[in-house]
Amino acid sequence: MTVDLYARTTSLQGFGGDEIEAYVAVPESVTGFGSVVVIHHMPGFDEATKENTRRFAAHGYAAVCPNLYHREAPGAAADDAAATARALGGVPDERLVGDVAGAMSYLRSLPGSNGKVGVIGYCSGGRQSVLAACSLDLDAAVDCYGAFVTVDPPADRPFRFTSLVDKLPSLACPLLGLFGEEDQYPSPEQTDDLQRRLDELGKDFTRHSYPGAGHAFFAVDRPSYRPEVATEAWGEIWEFFGRHLGSGK
Amino acid sequence: MCTYATELIQIEGSAKGAQGWFRATDATVYFDHPVHFPDGHALLIDIRNPAKGPQHRVALELDARSARELADAIYRALAAVPEDLALGESAPLA
Repeated sequence: MTVDLYARTTSLQGFGGDEIEAYVAVPESVTGFGSVVVIHHMPGFDEATKENTRRFAAHGYAAVCPNLYHREAPGAAADDAAATARALGGVPDERLVGDVAGAMSYLRSLPGSNGKVGVIGYCSGGRQSVLAACSLDLDAAVDCYGAFVTVDPPADRPFRFTSLVDKLPSLACPLLGLFGEEDQYPSPEQTDDLQRRLDELGKDFTRHSYPGAGHAFFAVDRPSYRPEVATEAWGEIWEFFGRHLGSGK
Repeated sequence: MCTYATELIQIEGSAKGAQGWFRATDATVYFDHPVHFPDGHALLIDIRNPAKGPQHRVALELDARSARELADAIYRALAAVPEDLALGESAPLA
């Protein structure tokens, strides 16, 4: 069952005290709700990401998606902003953590919040979700097919980040990983490696690797969409967030 | 695929985007998720002028075959230029 919601573009204070654009969706007539920070994929703060943000509110969670490219391209179309951010080397990890921290504060300040906040990220946001979970006081995290969590990107790439292997010991909340077996970024071997590392560290990690799915199987506007897998994986998300964040529903 | 592989080059030329013609100074080439082309991945080209802002961009999303044929066609067109026409770099604008 879904609930009514309201959604709008807003701003919040991110890394370094910067005011950045964000999209917020809040369930109506619900109190004691958990909250979710939605980290957009590399194509940016786009329509599909906003739809996902509203989906969390329809399921009883307040959700906010910060525009990680706001600084490079304020007011620009999502695709133009993504192209600009890409050419500049992407989002620095330190800034991502600050922006997610700002989004967490925003969500906890909402009337009706139960104070619990999770994070979910797709594609490049999957890696960033793990990064946030290793850096901030979150209650749950979901990594949807994030690459370069346990391996560094090739040195010739212009992006300014490394693997998260050194940060994994700091993972401080349950992590749900959702992957496609046909994906190569991350590959099944890399997700196996993540599982092994987190098991050795004694972390609470639940992984689902779906046969017949590659990268971006949640993306309803792309040919990579796998409706049966996405439906099952959404079910895993609702169960996971329901257990760790609670819901006012 | 999210390879993050990205080629960045400086260019001299002009491009026509949503804002009309603009001086093109930068190009980005990568193989990743397209915004509009209905396939999982595509060869993406952004012709840009970042000094003028993110909206000064012409975007191309091509399948791999089309991208190769376009590249070959560019080389063929340049190879066919008569010798008496200058093929050097254009003079930088002031």
